[in-house]
Amino acid sequence: MIVQPVLVVAAALFSLGIYGILVRRNAVMVLLSIELILNSVNINFIMFDTMLADVLMQGQIFTIFIITIAAAEVGIGLAIVLMLFRNRQTANINEFDLMKW
Amino acid sequence: MEIFEIVTYFVLLLLVSTAVRVVTTSNVIHAAISLVFTLALTSVLFLLLSTEFVALVLVLVYIGAVIVLFLFGIMITRAPLGKNAELDNDKNKKLGAAIAGSIFFLFSYILVNGFDGEVIITSGSSTELLGEILLSRFVFPFELVSFVLLAALIGGITLARKDEALIDEDQV
Repeated sequence: MIVQPVLVVAAALFSLGIYGILVRRNAVMVLLSIELILNSVNINFIMFDTMLADVLMQGQIFTIFIITIAAAEVGIGLAIVLMLFRNRQTANINEFDLMKW
Repeated sequence: MEIFEIVTYFVLLLLVSTAVRVVTTSNVIHAAISLVFTLALTSVLFLLLSTEFVALVLVLVYIGAVIVLFLFGIMITRAPLGKNAELDNDKNKKLGAAIAGSIFFLFSYILVNGFDGEVIITSGSSTELLGEILLSRFVFPFELVSFVLLAALIGGITLARKDEALIDEDQV
């Protein structure tokens, strides 16, 4: 299997995640876009792990750690969104301008 | 070997199309469901790269837990279900497309030139060895990550619950 298509697809997922973060207005949708970015990083890690045939399998181990940290991140992120929604009655991030100078 | 490559290209194509749908659809539930498909196809890609343990972890943790959390988040924050024209910030659309497109072209230019002619040779199953390495050489980060999960659990509960004790103290 050739490496380049997988790398280009991972780059595409990364840039789609960036697009989602910049364009989406709902905070939960921004978190979804962050998941896309993490997923593209996972694809890169797994592909290089297989390509280099690493003896210690550090690519796979890092991917498992990234998945764990992403689960924790989603939990905390949604808790924050929930608290913001409770205080401001909206989940649109362009209305959270309390800390804007 | 021919059919293997065809399947891989098919999976990659579907991966990009579902990911595009995640960020462009105007329906919040459709976005979450498209993310399920994206993650399932990523899992298939991992299986094609013969890393079956990570593929199963991805299915269990992401599709099993994270997506359910997202659906909870969508429903609790009362995002308007169904089509919603207000979901995107139209002012940012052109700028976002420009930034994302330039990042994509920069990355793919560098990666396509840098990894010209490299090939992946998939080996067989590696789960047994992965478990041994994870619980010997990487056992300290493994335990540390479980502590991070515990901290996230406590932090999530503390953030999300209504602190009624605090309100009572203020009134006294």
